[in-house]
Amino acid sequence: MADADTNLHEFDRQTVWVGFRRLAPISLFVTLFGAAFGLAAVQAGLEDSVIMAMSALVFAGASQFAALELWGTHVPVVTLAVTVFAINARHLLMGATLYPWLRHLPPAKRYGVMLVASDANWAMSMQAFGRGQPGMGLLLGGGLALWSFWLLGTWLGIFFGGTLHDPRSLGLDMVMGCFLLAMVVGGEKNLRLLLIWIVAACASLLAWRYLPENSHVVVGALAGGVAGTLWTEKKVEH
Amino acid sequence: MNIETAGYSALILVLIMAVVTLATRWGGVYVMSFVPIGDRVKQFIGAMSGSVLVALLAPMAIEGDNGARLALLTTAATVLLLKKPLPAIAAGMLAAAISRQF
Repeated sequence: MADADTNLHEFDRQTVWVGFRRLAPISLFVTLFGAAFGLAAVQAGLEDSVIMAMSALVFAGASQFAALELWGTHVPVVTLAVTVFAINARHLLMGATLYPWLRHLPPAKRYGVMLVASDANWAMSMQAFGRGQPGMGLLLGGGLALWSFWLLGTWLGIFFGGTLHDPRSLGLDMVMGCFLLAMVVGGEKNLRLLLIWIVAACASLLAWRYLPENSHVVVGALAGGVAGTLWTEKKVEH
Repeated sequence: MNIETAGYSALILVLIMAVVTLATRWGGVYVMSFVPIGDRVKQFIGAMSGSVLVALLAPMAIEGDNGARLALLTTAATVLLLKKPLPAIAAGMLAAAISRQF
C-alpha cells in the first residue's frame, strides 16, 4: 500500500471534472443498468416518484434490486434495513481503505466526498492512489458521473423501458460483475495477492452456502484481510 | 413491523434505505478516525480492498448460469490481453447475451 502522507488527497474543480470524464464512458453502462432497474421497479409496482427518489437517495444498485424483491403491499422494515445494510456493508470497507487519504481532508469534505462513493469510482481512485497519483477527483467527479447516469438510466427505464423486456438476455445483469472483475484483473497482480484472493473466494463461497444471505461479501473480505496480515508485504513503497 | 407501500409510506421506506446506506458510506471513515493506522492495519486494509471484489464475484462465477460464467471468463481474458476495462466489460456482456440466445 502506498504512503498517504503526500498531497494525493487534494482536489479542485478541474480534477473533479477530469474524474467525471474518466468515469463517463463506464457510466453509459450504468445508464443501461439503471434502465434495467427502472423497468424492474415499475414491474414491481413502485410509483415513478418513489423509484426516482430511491435511485437518487440510495444510489446503490444491488441493494435497490434486492429491495424490489421484498416489495409488496406491505414491506418488512427490519428485513429491508438489514438486507440493505448487508449488501452495502462493503461501503464500510471502501471508507476504511480510503481513510489514509481522506483523513487529510476537513470533515465536511471528507464525508461530502463519501456521499457518492460507489464500486466503480472507489476502485478507480484506489488504483490511482496505489500508483502514487491523486485520486480524490476520480472519487468525487466519477461518483457524480455515476450518480447522474444512474438517475438518467432509472428515468429512461421508467419511461422507455417497454422495449427492454428481458435485460438478462442482453447480458445487462452482468455489467457490474464484469466491471468489478476487470478492476481486479486489471490492477496489481502478484503471488501474495493471488493467494489472498483465493482465501477470499473460498471464504465467500462457504458463507454463501452456510451463512445468512449477503454475509458472503463481508466474510470473504475479512478473510482476505486476515490472510494479508499473515503474509505481509515485504517491499516498502516509497 | 410492516409498512404499507401506499402513498407517503413508500417514500419513508426509501428514506430508511437511504439512511442505512449513508451509514455504510460514512461508518467506515468514522470508525477509522478512532483506530490508529499501524502497519498491520494497512496490510489488512490493502488485502481487504481486492478481497471485497473477489468475495462479490465468487458466488456469481460458481452459482451463476453459463452465460454469467462465460461473461466473467471473457472479461478476464480480454482485460489481460488488451489491458483496457471498457472493451473487456463490453465483450463480457456480449458473451452472456450470445450464450443466452441458445
